[in-house]
Amino acid sequence: MGKFNKGGKKEMPALNSSSMPDIVFAILFFFMVTTTMRSETLMVRMKLPTASEVQKLEKKSLVTYINIGPPMETRLGTGTQMQLNDRFAQVSEIQDYIAQEKASMNEADQPLMTVSIKADEETRMQYITDVKQALRQAYALKISYSARQGQNK
Amino acid sequence: MAKTTRKVPALNASSMADISFLLLTFFLLVSNMDVDSGLARRLPPPPQTEEQTTVDVQRRNLLVVLVNSQNETMVTNQQGTEWYTNAEELRGTGSKVALKDRVKEFVLNTSNSEQLPELTEEDFGPPIGIVPVTDQHVVSIQNDATTSYKTYIAVQNEVVRAYNELREEGARKYFNTSYEDLTEDQQNQINDLYPQRISEAEPKNYGGQ
Repeated sequence: MGKFNKGGKKEMPALNSSSMPDIVFAILFFFMVTTTMRSETLMVRMKLPTASEVQKLEKKSLVTYINIGPPMETRLGTGTQMQLNDRFAQVSEIQDYIAQEKASMNEADQPLMTVSIKADEETRMQYITDVKQALRQAYALKISYSARQGQNK
Repeated sequence: MAKTTRKVPALNASSMADISFLLLTFFLLVSNMDVDSGLARRLPPPPQTEEQTTVDVQRRNLLVVLVNSQNETMVTNQQGTEWYTNAEELRGTGSKVALKDRVKEFVLNTSNSEQLPELTEEDFGPPIGIVPVTDQHVVSIQNDATTSYKTYIAVQNEVVRAYNELREEGARKYFNTSYEDLTEDQQNQINDLYPQRISEAEPKNYGGQ
């Protein structure tokens, strides 16, 4: 009977936290899979419209982005602005931008370039039409109106 | 004297958690949950000469979709006119015919009506063969300068949905499979059968600044 008597104070074993890094890696992999590396800081606020007939953009390397919306910094006002790369730009600068983006691609990939127009849903159509006319002049004819998948309200 | 084997202390891996937190924080900061889906469209090439900006279309071959500055839509052709006040009605709730159904009826013209586009027989290769199609039809979308982009996307979505449904029905009828399961050539055949003939004009500025 004396064999079972444990002399000495009983200590609660500490919680085994050796599996903590595994959990953290699992969360990390989730984020790595579901998100994309942000290539430029957003300077315009965009609430994308929803549409049901959207298609995924394949070959992200062949996609040029145009962001349109009210600026994020409220001191710049609420007028519609366009962001090309990392600065604000006017519609007249689109042609140069497209030519620049095309030049940085392979010869073979150039006709496959898609321009993704990400515009806030409250933008006035006049602005979008000006952008489209400029894109036509620049022969960037494959476009995609960026929208979230879903039933449009 | 028996030598007890020295126990080598295990590597202290408690800093592994710190490293993993650091990596996680890094990824949270540099990434964003961006959407990479969109409505794929094709723009027409820019007009080379002045004559190309206007094209004559017969009344029966034309379906006009107008969107005004109040984001209301009006669809009209020789058969009749329909008004929609918001995106819900565009989809066909209530008593209004959905926009996509009007576009489908317009493109197909199964009843060979005089008020709908002209049907001409064309050969699309096997297994479709010779089928009457409306190869002169035009869906014209016109919006006001102050129409909101959201309504424009809703209208575009419905028109594209009409063509997608037509193509899906064509794929099922001629190839017995869904449109996505077709090969590239078969998809091109179906696309030639139902080409997207959508024309967009400059927005008129009726609503002022």
